[in-house]
Amino acid sequence: MLEVKNIHKEFGGIKAVDGCSFKVEKNTITALIGPNGAGKTTLFNIITGFMKQDSGKIIFNDKSHDKKVSKDISNLPDYKRARLGMSRTFQTIRLFPKMTVMENLLVAMPDSNENFFRVLFWTRGMKREEKMLVEKALELLKFVDLHAKMNELAGNLSYGQQKLLEIAKALASEPEILMLDEPAAGVNPTMLNKIHDLMLELKKRGKTILFIEHNMEFVMNLADKVVVLDYGKEIANDVPANIKNNKQVIDAYLGVCEK
Amino acid sequence: MAYIEHFLIMVCLYITLAVSLNLVIGYTGLLLLGFITFNAVGAYAAALVTLPAPVGLGMSFLVGVIASASLAAFFGFLIGLPTLKLKGDYFAVASLGLFYVTLSLLKNWSSLTRGPLGLPGIPKPSLFGYVFSTQYDILALAVILMAITIFVVYRITKSPFGRVLTAIREDELGVKAFGKNPVKYKIIALMISAAIAGMAGSLYAGYITFIDPNTFTFTDSIFVICMVVLGGLGSIRGSIAGVLIFSLLTEGIRFLNLPNETVGALRLMIFSVLLILLMQFKPLGILGEKRLRVKEID
Repeated sequence: MLEVKNIHKEFGGIKAVDGCSFKVEKNTITALIGPNGAGKTTLFNIITGFMKQDSGKIIFNDKSHDKKVSKDISNLPDYKRARLGMSRTFQTIRLFPKMTVMENLLVAMPDSNENFFRVLFWTRGMKREEKMLVEKALELLKFVDLHAKMNELAGNLSYGQQKLLEIAKALASEPEILMLDEPAAGVNPTMLNKIHDLMLELKKRGKTILFIEHNMEFVMNLADKVVVLDYGKEIANDVPANIKNNKQVIDAYLGVCEK
Repeated sequence: MAYIEHFLIMVCLYITLAVSLNLVIGYTGLLLLGFITFNAVGAYAAALVTLPAPVGLGMSFLVGVIASASLAAFFGFLIGLPTLKLKGDYFAVASLGLFYVTLSLLKNWSSLTRGPLGLPGIPKPSLFGYVFSTQYDILALAVILMAITIFVVYRITKSPFGRVLTAIREDELGVKAFGKNPVKYKIIALMISAAIAGMAGSLYAGYITFIDPNTFTFTDSIFVICMVVLGGLGSIRGSIAGVLIFSLLTEGIRFLNLPNETVGALRLMIFSVLLILLMQFKPLGILGEKRLRVKEID
């Protein structure tokens, strides 16, 4: 599905990502963990094209291609990668706060009516299309349990609800791979369970998820595979059970739990 | 010139400018300080196209309007290309730079613009053989331009295209994450706004029949911006209200029979006080932004 090949990225002499390689298989949940400053978010930014790598490659099986054909997207601009079926959320919430929840979702969807020339020639067919989008958006809002809030400004939602809206927005483009940057950070236990169930449900529906998270219980429960970064280097890539007992990972990140 | 007609024409032209500027500042969130550039470019384009040879090309008013809209849109495109990667304040300063460069061109490219001498004797607008010579004729044209502008901007802001513009204002990076290229949207918004301001300029040139580089000042830019802010960013009705309130207040001072120097200063004072009060008590403007409401579906 997604392959990261030997990515390097330096910020003024500091190696943020230092030769990182791993694969994300289709229809799995992969977690990216590691101490603060290990290069997780930088790697996310590089994969989605918001940042340019110094060297290395990103290979992606996109929607438009046959499953066996892979495409090198290393030099594609960010918005074009999103069109290929790569969707992400951000570590800090990035909603459109002064637009309604519904509008937030509508903007997140691929919409041919956004073409400027359609502004002046607003036909009935386009109206119908717009209505279909609204219905689809409503479905998504029901999926994340936010449909009652559709006419509220996104900025007025609670923190947890904003996180849910972010996930719904990321889903709106029907992505092949969903990349979530700390989906569980700072939310209460009820919301945490909700996000957990949501991610499992998405996997059931055939989606692929790559996510960054510090909540280890959450990670170990959800992930099929865990990739561990430390100082920009990948130090482990395994199933959760093995990661928990990996000495290098314990030293670098997990620490020892004294009983 | 009759006073009240002149006043109405100017109000229409200012509403046209304010509404089209609101598209860029209020809906798209680009602080376009040098907005009046497009107005100036449009006025000069129309003047040079319609003036008889050797100064101009001696072509019809309609060609002049088209030329002014196109040239202004081109200027909108010009400022869009290099500066749209600049964020917030940097864009504002760059757009101000464009204004001063343009002004300097108008002043110094004497073979084309006659420099500080200006362009006198610009023909009155005429369409299909009818010459719009009276103030009522001009007023009719100004009302039509204003109506078209309000309609176009209204349609844009209610459309999916406009929705993306507002999303760009809210969070540009967020828009990119959904596979949309913000630069394209911003350039189109700038070009539309510029084209409208250009047409308003052509009408102004045909009405006053004389323009020079001093006709268009940075203060005009600021005035229009203030009217938009006063009325409410992201609200068309707000822009209209902003122009009306501001114009009525400043024109009203005339009737106090104060000496001329006092009137000018008083105008600026009223304006400043109004803005300060507004920012203090109603920071979103007189009429705030209205968002889409979807009816509940069971």
